[in-house]
Amino acid sequence: MAVETSPGPTRRSLLAPVTGRLRQIALLRESPVGMVGAALVLFWALVALFAPFLAPYDPNANDYLALADPTPSAEHWLGTDNQGRDMLSRVIWGSRTVLTVAPIAVICAYVIGCLFGLLAGYYRGWMDTVMMRIADIILSFPVIILYIIIIATYGPSAANIVIAVTFTAAPQIIRIVRGLTLEIRERDYVAAAKMRGESTWYIMLVEILPNARGPLIVDACLRMGYTIIAIGVLGFLGLGLPPPDPDWGGMVKDTYGFMSIWPHMALIPCAAISSLVVGFNLLADGLREISLRD
Amino acid sequence: MTQQTPVLELQNASISYFTRAGEINVVPDLSFKLEQGEALGLVGESGCGKSTVAFAVMSYLGGAGRLTSGRILFEGRDMSSMSAAELRQIRGGKMAMVYQDPMSSLNPVMRIGQQLIEVPIIHQGASKKEARIRALHMLKEVNLPDPESVFERYPHQLSGGQQQRVVIAMALMAEPSLLVMDEPTTGLDVTVEAAVLDLVRRLRQVHNSAIVFISHNLGTVVRICDRIGVMYAGELVEEGPISEVFRRPSHPYTRGLLNCIPALGSDKHSTPLVPIPGQVPPALHRPKGCIFSSRCAYVVQGRCTDHRIPMEHVRDSGRHRVQCVRYDELDPYRRPTTATSAAAVAAEEREADSVLEIEHLRKIYHQAASIFGGEGGYDVKALNDISLSAKRGTTLAIVGESGCGKSTLAKVLTGLEEATSGTVRLEETDIGKLSVEKRGTEIKRKLQMVFQNPDSTLNPSHSVGYAISRSLRRLKRIGGRQARQEARQLMETVKLPADFVMRKPRQLSGGQKQRVAIARALAGDPDLVVADEPVSALDVSVQAAIINLLMEIQSGRDATLLFISHDLSVVRYLADRVAVMYLGKVVEFGSVEDVFNPPYHPYTEALLSAVPIPDPDLQQKRIILEGSIPSVTDIPKGCPFATRCPRKIGEICDTTPPPEHRTASGHRILCHIPLDELKHFEPVISTAAE
Amino acid sequence: MTAFFAKRAGYLLLTMVVVSFAIFTIMEFTPGQVARKVLGPFATQLQVDMLTEEMGLNRPVVVRYLEWAGNVLQGDLGRSTLYKQPVANVLWDRLGNTAILAAIAFAIIVPASIILGVAAGMREASLLDRTISIGGIVTTSIPEFASGVFLVSIFVIWLGWLPGTSTLNTGGGWPLASQLVLPVAVMVLYDLGYVVRMVRASMVEVMTRPYIRTAILKGLSFRDVILKHALRNAMIAPFTVILLQINYLVTGVVVVEAVFAYPGFGRLILEAGLSQDVAVIEAATLVAVFITVMAQIIGDFGYMLLNPRIRFS
Repeated sequence: MAVETSPGPTRRSLLAPVTGRLRQIALLRESPVGMVGAALVLFWALVALFAPFLAPYDPNANDYLALADPTPSAEHWLGTDNQGRDMLSRVIWGSRTVLTVAPIAVICAYVIGCLFGLLAGYYRGWMDTVMMRIADIILSFPVIILYIIIIATYGPSAANIVIAVTFTAAPQIIRIVRGLTLEIRERDYVAAAKMRGESTWYIMLVEILPNARGPLIVDACLRMGYTIIAIGVLGFLGLGLPPPDPDWGGMVKDTYGFMSIWPHMALIPCAAISSLVVGFNLLADGLREISLRD
Repeated sequence: MTQQTPVLELQNASISYFTRAGEINVVPDLSFKLEQGEALGLVGESGCGKSTVAFAVMSYLGGAGRLTSGRILFEGRDMSSMSAAELRQIRGGKMAMVYQDPMSSLNPVMRIGQQLIEVPIIHQGASKKEARIRALHMLKEVNLPDPESVFERYPHQLSGGQQQRVVIAMALMAEPSLLVMDEPTTGLDVTVEAAVLDLVRRLRQVHNSAIVFISHNLGTVVRICDRIGVMYAGELVEEGPISEVFRRPSHPYTRGLLNCIPALGSDKHSTPLVPIPGQVPPALHRPKGCIFSSRCAYVVQGRCTDHRIPMEHVRDSGRHRVQCVRYDELDPYRRPTTATSAAAVAAEEREADSVLEIEHLRKIYHQAASIFGGEGGYDVKALNDISLSAKRGTTLAIVGESGCGKSTLAKVLTGLEEATSGTVRLEETDIGKLSVEKRGTEIKRKLQMVFQNPDSTLNPSHSVGYAISRSLRRLKRIGGRQARQEARQLMETVKLPADFVMRKPRQLSGGQKQRVAIARALAGDPDLVVADEPVSALDVSVQAAIINLLMEIQSGRDATLLFISHDLSVVRYLADRVAVMYLGKVVEFGSVEDVFNPPYHPYTEALLSAVPIPDPDLQQKRIILEGSIPSVTDIPKGCPFATRCPRKIGEICDTTPPPEHRTASGHRILCHIPLDELKHFEPVISTAAE
Repeated sequence: MTAFFAKRAGYLLLTMVVVSFAIFTIMEFTPGQVARKVLGPFATQLQVDMLTEEMGLNRPVVVRYLEWAGNVLQGDLGRSTLYKQPVANVLWDRLGNTAILAAIAFAIIVPASIILGVAAGMREASLLDRTISIGGIVTTSIPEFASGVFLVSIFVIWLGWLPGTSTLNTGGGWPLASQLVLPVAVMVLYDLGYVVRMVRASMVEVMTRPYIRTAILKGLSFRDVILKHALRNAMIAPFTVILLQINYLVTGVVVVEAVFAYPGFGRLILEAGLSQDVAVIEAATLVAVFITVMAQIIGDFGYMLLNPRIRFS
């Protein structure tokens, strides 16, 4: 057998047995920053998942006796808010709210973004021109005004938050996916697929999209961070989920007026949302670092 | 020999890269000397450490690389003991470098002149004005037309050849005593390469700099250097004067390399290509004995494998050294030959039916002036009246430089583009205007393609087995189980282990990927395989194996091969018929013997003279083409080659399209020069008087 | 060059038309509410209907849009239903206040991001790089209301150095300036990290390029390599990003202004949005779109100037 020279003694050959998605996780171990991010995200994901078992109280139950001193105590580890509701329970349940709405919004934005991005990048021509113009116009729309108009006009609800976030995030994803598609469609394996008579959908979804996943995973992590911030901001501006459901942004809004007496009421939800966003962004950075490596 | 201090001396230099996987000792123990004004060529395949040596000489190994032991002496001074300031003075001043990719080696946002004058300003304390005068002088010396205007331009406004001349000018600005050239002509077209090599040779005499010339191409080394060093897996296995090493290659690896390369003048009937078996051992697991022992045909267990092999002087030669314990037991070197060449040729001559007939094919891209269409805009004639044919079971080669239209031709054939006019008949069907979407399964099955770039030919997300069996299912309309079974058979056909079906492309080497691509193309048992530069990205020993595989498959399946290449040696070796293309036209077409011997088209003649041949005994006429290929948007009215033709006969070449000469054997030449005169050209390549 | 600007100007106009019409349409779905908001919850349905009629709110949206657009072209931005005065009166004041914040923040962000980004990117994976990168990630990850809360607890409640609100209802000098410190700090913290990371990424990219190697092997000092060869190349990609920050600084300040009760453009948008004040929202949107698209145009133009490959193509 005539075998040729191997690609050389790179790290790649040492890691050869690890394949696919598993490989990315295995590689993430080499990025301490990414591991810290993953740990933060995992922590909050578990908190959200097991909220009913972890929360010591009903998040909406008022303990008026505690209002005499709402600061942290043996009964209320993180104190209570201005209405005597247990902070710990509210923060725990709040994670569930944010970690349901944000992923749904990001997934919606991704479905739309990938679909139109693939179409624009693959077909190019007028379809591309029209879609990019529309995307540009939406992008030059001030995001915050858009949020305010949509939510103020149609009322605060999880569905409207998802719509608002999807509407503003999708054009950015369209741009990213289009850019990647324009590049990948010129690869020889796409030509090879055409030459064996594959359908356009097969080429877009099986040949192109999987190879765009590296940058898209990184972007999705970053976008989770932005979306969580956006949800928090809406809550803080009074456009968030209707009360009494605990929502971190809303908690800050409700208690900001008591900052000078009981700063813990606003500080705790702020710390919660910041740590979750930091987690997603560190995770994104770690993933980017390892994806650049090979 | 002179008693002066050598310009450069490596004493047992050992270079390692430090990675997460640990220390990788890429160059374990390297020693050589370079005297003043001498040129040493370092050759070897990718990963052999030649570029590492180049950058080690410049003391520039990056964060991960380090000289772990031994010394690198520049003009007698140990470079590792120099301070950062001393090093800065030497770099660019006393030693300069020319790089592989000139476009990316020049700063894209700085004018050429600015980049040049930096050198005398830092190294010779020149004023801006003096520096400018020197820079203009240097630009003139490297044969750049209109130095004043080049001085004011940005890199992207120059052609690749011109950029490399600028880099060479920059390197010579401070009159360095050592010039390190790292693959300076790789990526350039062959006629441009020839002109750059010619320039380097001339400048060598003027400036008397010593040169370390790194290349994967043995032929280019022959043109520039006095001495050659052959590197394998980080070790210098043989070194000596060019003529001695090529006449008496003493290391089995050097011999193996020479046997892999189709030398211009040899063809598949007379000289087989012999690939080197096995793989380079990984740098983390170096064998105790001879580094080449695992692939060597002459290996003796124990003697070769027990201890490090010392570098020895080849007997009765002061300067020829080799790192082999058995070098004087080997037979004198001779290129392998096939005895039965006449019979093979006869077999080829039989009357076969035509599989592919291309007539008056044109492909014109219309470039609109603006997105709204309307007035303006211009046409790009990528293919301009092409007529060709190929018979069943033979190889038709298309040869030409970048921009000649050879890849557009492949796209039209494969249906990735549609012809503007003309016909392309595959057996009985005209497929010229059938884009791939409109082609039926039967046509798709009959015509498949092998692509150039091994890294983009396979989808990195899919396993090898999926790639092949998906093709089988689509082209043969068979079920999954049967496809998987046939995929394993195809793996055997392309000589890959069957368990490779589980692998992803990233776990394969370049050659292995190309084998999978060939297997994929064979899935539908095609009648015509279009191969667009299938071996140009591969190392020579891998290239030889792939060429052999293509030939084997072709004769086994009686398939027709359309082989597109810029490499005349490979074409000469592999083809039955050859078409030479220039600016969208076929300027010469005929059997391989006809095209590679007079009468030639002047362009074919120039191409042949430009090919670097790894044989110092062959005499090659030197024809240097002036200027660069005109842009496809601005094709000359008359003969496309008129702007560069050294044999131009007059105004008629510029104004009137040339007539086509045809001979009885079907040889066609597109030229104003009468056929009789063309017949009297002397052959470009001849053997030196013996 | 003329073609470039003509095309961009046309695009600017198109965007403004589409966006302003879109807002009309979105808000159209709840026409009656405007009059209800104006009159308050105790007005009778009849009063609401009459006001709706009087304001012309029951006519088709296209007609109302064209009428509004005609007025805008004549310089009349309409009347605010919330502030009960012409939009122009409120708009320019508020915009001016925000411009002060934006200008200070921008003047800090641009040099700081370039210096930090280049310092981090010139030696990838060095300690300095890691510190700046991770610092940048963390500050951009903290929502503005959260960093507002953190800064207020430290500088207002704990140290008592700065005022907690920035209503600008004081005289000049330090009392006024001190009110700007925290809002600007929040904006810079949130935005700087993002821009720094853009500059850093571009710088890291440039430092791996062969022409940097050429510059080093020419014998240039590291300082000259960075300043003469790397910097300009590294600024090409982030240039547009930097300019687009103006957009965030002017229209994205809603949260900052809400936290510090700052009487600016963002607060105006929030208040108008909450009370369905179409005229104010439309005017504010036009201003925002104008700023965004202008920043884009200047960004593209600067990109062209910095990049000779585009300038001479």
